[in-house]
Amino acid sequence: MKSVTKAYRPISWPTKGAGGDTGSWRVRRPVVNTQICNKCQICWVFCPEAVIDRNEITIDYRYCKGCGVCATECPTGAISMEKEE
Amino acid sequence: MTTSIKQLPDIEQVLSGNGACGGCPATMALRIVGKALGPNAIMLLTPSCSVASMGMTPRLGYNWPCINICFATAGSSASGITHALEIMQEKGRLQGELPTVFTWVGDGGTYDIGFQALSAAAERNDNMIFFCYNNEAYSNTGVQRSGATPRGSYTTTTPSGKRQQKKNMALLMLEHNIPYVATATVAYPGDLYDKVAKAKSISGMKYIEILAPCYLGWQFDMPETVQMSRMAVRSGAWLLWEAENGKISFNKPSASIINGKKDAAPVDEYLMKQGRFNRLLKGPDAAQRIAEIQGDIDREIAFMRERAQITI
Ligand SMILES: Cc1ncc(C[n+]2csc(CCOP(=O)(O)OP(=O)(O)O)c2C)c(N)n1
Ligand code: SF4
Ligand code: SF4
Ligand code: SF4
Ligand SMILES: [Mg+2]
Repeated sequence: MKSVTKAYRPISWPTKGAGGDTGSWRVRRPVVNTQICNKCQICWVFCPEAVIDRNEITIDYRYCKGCGVCATECPTGAISMEKEE
Repeated sequence: MTTSIKQLPDIEQVLSGNGACGGCPATMALRIVGKALGPNAIMLLTPSCSVASMGMTPRLGYNWPCINICFATAGSSASGITHALEIMQEKGRLQGELPTVFTWVGDGGTYDIGFQALSAAAERNDNMIFFCYNNEAYSNTGVQRSGATPRGSYTTTTPSGKRQQKKNMALLMLEHNIPYVATATVAYPGDLYDKVAKAKSISGMKYIEILAPCYLGWQFDMPETVQMSRMAVRSGAWLLWEAENGKISFNKPSASIINGKKDAAPVDEYLMKQGRFNRLLKGPDAAQRIAEIQGDIDREIAFMRERAQITI
């Protein structure tokens, strides 16, 4: 952490994983079928967790909560929700 | 033209791995808001889901200076900060563009508990954007009724369904004669983005309310957050509009409902998807109570259509 004058030191710092490794909350895992995906970025815009890369359409499973919004909104059906092991 | 998904900027102000529920409409909306505001902003929050979602100290899930303040004071606290910034700039202690001061407050903190401080800040036309993310209940404390809860909805404090109509908060803000008021919801991210970008460019008080369908409080399936938001708009239960200097205009697709080009979808389908209306739909007087809710929606559409004609 950066050092700051004591009087202005904030209580918290912006960082990923402020709620922990939220990927562990997941019961189902979104899996993108790259053969079908047309890179429309609809899944990216609606993902509340900001874990989808808008160019590659890859998912950061460390934090993806498995909410399934991406799969519901995907217009091509390229995302399937698969059972976590 | 509404900004398209591909035109939205890359910047992320909501950080992955925050404490919100999966599928949370509040974080979904805040992400888009962050794209429009950028990093040069100061965020004020009152007790709510979005505070609980910030994560655990010393970590913070939002990439802004965030100030947690007491429930009743979003309006007055934001006023204090915005005035202080202006004075610092006048005295030369702050250079460059002033940060955008914005609040991120639930419907409980807006419609009910924070209404007085918000109304006063609006009357003074203090420079801020006041965001209300409206999940139609006090969700963070286990879903109690608020002034935004619609008629018929179950909450823990309205076990047989709320008997009263919700209030039209955005219209109340418009009647404060502030320079900008808008409504939005998560299913229309381009529309939300454009409204926030516009609000950012206007000085004085701006009020933006975002309908945030919460699977926990509304009792639908978690992946359906965006679907529910879309159904709210298509049924006319939520109208998308904005008003610059008091002049109301409606946005797609609400505009087509208002000008009669398209009928609003019957409310039944929207209600049936939500467990919070279950008891009402199964009760012996179901038909009458659905008609009441449909009546509220029809009246609101008719009223807003007429209200928009007044441009003086
Ligand atoms: C003065 C005061 N009263 C009650 C509470 C308890 N409380 C914390 S969050 C909350 C619910 C807030 O509801 P809302 O503003 O709609 O935000 P949401 O939780 O729905 O996101 C309540 C009642 C409090 N923190 N302070
Ligand atoms: S919504 Fe579906 S088609 Fe569009 S980018 Fe995402 S996975 Fe690909
Ligand atoms: S399941 Fe939810 S959190 Fe995970 S990528 Fe899809 S929308 Fe994002
Ligand atoms: S209860 Fe609703 S609004 Fe609150 S964090 Fe969960 S999904 Fe979001
Ligand atoms: Mg609420």
